[in-house]
Amino acid sequence: MNSVVTDEANVSSSLALPKTDIKPLLLIPVLALAALPLVGSGSTWLTLTLAGLAMGMVIFIIASGLTLIFGLMDVMNFAHGAFIASGAFIASMMVAPLLPWSESESLGLNLAVLAIAILGAMLVTGILGIIFERVIIRPVYGQHLKQILITMGGMIVAEQLMTMIWGAEQIPFPLPQVLRGSLVFGETLVEKYRLFAVLIGMLVLLSMLYTLNRTKLGLLIRAGVENPEMVESLGYRIRRLFIAVFAAGSALAGLGGVMWGLYKETVSTAMSGELMVTVFIVVIIGGLGSVGGCFIASLMLALVANYAGFLVPKLALVSHIVVMILILVWRPAGLYVLGKR
Amino acid sequence: MSEAQRELIMQLSDVHTHIGEYHILQGVNLQIPRGELFVLLGRNGAGKSTCLRTIMGLWKASQGRIEFKQHAIQDLATPDIARQGIAYVPENMGIFSALSVKENLSLAAINGPIDTSRLEWIFGFFPALKKFWNYPAGNLSGGQKQMVAIARAIIEPRELLLVDEPSKGLSPAIVQNLMEAFRELKASQTSIILVEQNFNFVRELGDSVAVMDDGRIVHHTQMQTLAEDQELQTRLLGLSMDSHQ
Repeated sequence: MNSVVTDEANVSSSLALPKTDIKPLLLIPVLALAALPLVGSGSTWLTLTLAGLAMGMVIFIIASGLTLIFGLMDVMNFAHGAFIASGAFIASMMVAPLLPWSESESLGLNLAVLAIAILGAMLVTGILGIIFERVIIRPVYGQHLKQILITMGGMIVAEQLMTMIWGAEQIPFPLPQVLRGSLVFGETLVEKYRLFAVLIGMLVLLSMLYTLNRTKLGLLIRAGVENPEMVESLGYRIRRLFIAVFAAGSALAGLGGVMWGLYKETVSTAMSGELMVTVFIVVIIGGLGSVGGCFIASLMLALVANYAGFLVPKLALVSHIVVMILILVWRPAGLYVLGKR
Repeated sequence: MSEAQRELIMQLSDVHTHIGEYHILQGVNLQIPRGELFVLLGRNGAGKSTCLRTIMGLWKASQGRIEFKQHAIQDLATPDIARQGIAYVPENMGIFSALSVKENLSLAAINGPIDTSRLEWIFGFFPALKKFWNYPAGNLSGGQKQMVAIARAIIEPRELLLVDEPSKGLSPAIVQNLMEAFRELKASQTSIILVEQNFNFVRELGDSVAVMDDGRIVHHTQMQTLAEDQELQTRLLGLSMDSHQ
C-alpha cells in the first residue's frame, strides 16, 4: 500500500487533546467552603451541606431523564413531570399490598419493597415513554413550538388521567423501616433516606457516564444527536435508538418520582409540576445534554437553596433563578458544552 | 468488453425524486459496472447529490427502480441499504465532531471491532489519522475531516462507495492523497460512484462518466472519450479541460 503526502501542513496549531474542564467541578467545594464562615457552627454547616447534597441527588435523578430527552434529543418535553408523578403513583400502588414487608425489621424484605417500587416504576414509565414518543413526540421532532404545545397538552391530559385513576387526594407512600430515622455522626444528624438518595444518585450518574462515554450505544446516541442522517447511512436505525433514549429518559423520570415520593412520603398529581422549573433550570445551566453538568447544577441548586434558607430565608425563594443568572452570565451555554451546541 | 456484457453492480431505471414540490430527478437512467470508478459530472443544481441521496434512501424515489446487485433497493430504509454493502460520504462529510477520530471509525465498523490490518492499510493513505487518532474530529482541518469521512466509509469492506465532491475546498496535496486512496480502492475491486466538479481530479481516475443536467443524464460515455474530446467537454460541461490545468 502506498503512503502518500500527509496533511501536516493543514494541522491547526490550536489542535490539542481536550483537557478536562475542572472549573465547574470546583464550584461545589468552593460554594460549601464559602458558606462555612457565614453559617458559623460547624455541625450546622455539615448538616446543611449533607442535606443539600442529598437533595441535589434527588433533583439530579429527576433531571437526568430530562437531560437525555431535552438536552441530548432536543425534545422540549413539558410532560416530563407526568412521568415523575406516574412513577411515584405506580410505585405506591405496587408497594401498598407489601406494607407488612415495608414495616418489617427485615433488611431483605425492606430492600425487596424498594426494588419492586423502583424497578416497577421504571418499567411502567419506560413503556409509557415509548407510547408517548410514538403518539405525541414523533410528529413534532425538530419543531420546538409544537413540542411545547403538544407536551403541555399531554401533561394536562396525563394529570387528569392520574386524578381519575388515583383521585385528587394525597396517597401515603411510607419509607421502608430501614430508611427511617437518622444516623448520628458526632453532633451531625444524617437522615438514612438521604444517604440512600446519594447512593442511588451516584449509581445513576456512573451508569449514565459509563453508557454515554464507554459503550457503542453511547457513541451512537452522541453521534445520532449530532447527525442522525449519517448514523442511518452507517447502517444503524436511528428511530429505534431515539425510542430507546426516550424510554430511558422516561424511566429515569419514574425513578425520580419514586425518590421524590419517598422523600415526601406521599404521592399526589401535584408532584408533576412541583420540580419542573427546577429541573429545567438544572438541564439548562448544566449545559444541554451534559450529564456531568446536570449533576453539578443539581447539587449546586440544592446547596444554595439550603444555605440561603438558613441564612436569608426570603432569598431561598429565588435562589434557583439567581444561580441560573450567575451561571449563564459566566457560561452562556451552561457549565459544560457538548460538541453540537 | 461491451457494457451489456459487464456485470452491473447498480442500475437506476427511470428514477424520479421529488423534494417537497420540486421535481429534482426527472427520470435518471444509469448503469454502473462492478469494479469501476463511475463519475457523475454536472453543474451546480443538476441533481448529482440528489442522485446519491436517492440511492442511499435519504430521499425516497417517487418513481422508478434502483437495483443493487440485481435486487431492488428503492423501497428499503437507509440503514438496510447501507447494510447491503453501500457506503456514503456526503458533501459535508458528515463527521461527528464531538467524537474522536477513533470513535468516528469505530461507529462505522458495524460488523464488530475495527480490523487492525485494514486500519493500518487506511493509515497508509492517511497518516494524519494515526497522529490524531484520539483527537476530536471537529477540531481537525477540512482535509483531515475528509480523510476521516473516506476512512469511515472504507473501514470495513464495502462493495460500493458513493462519494460526493471529495475534493471540494481541499489543497492539492490532500487531493493527491484522495486520488491515491481511490486508486487503491479501485484496485481492490471496490466500485465507486464519484460526484465531482473538479474535472482534473477525476479524468485520470474515472472509467465511465455521466453528465447530468436538470435532473437527467444528458450524456454517458467512457472517461477517456470525454477527456480526449474538448468539443464534447465544452458542449456538455461548458468548460475546456485546459482551463482547469
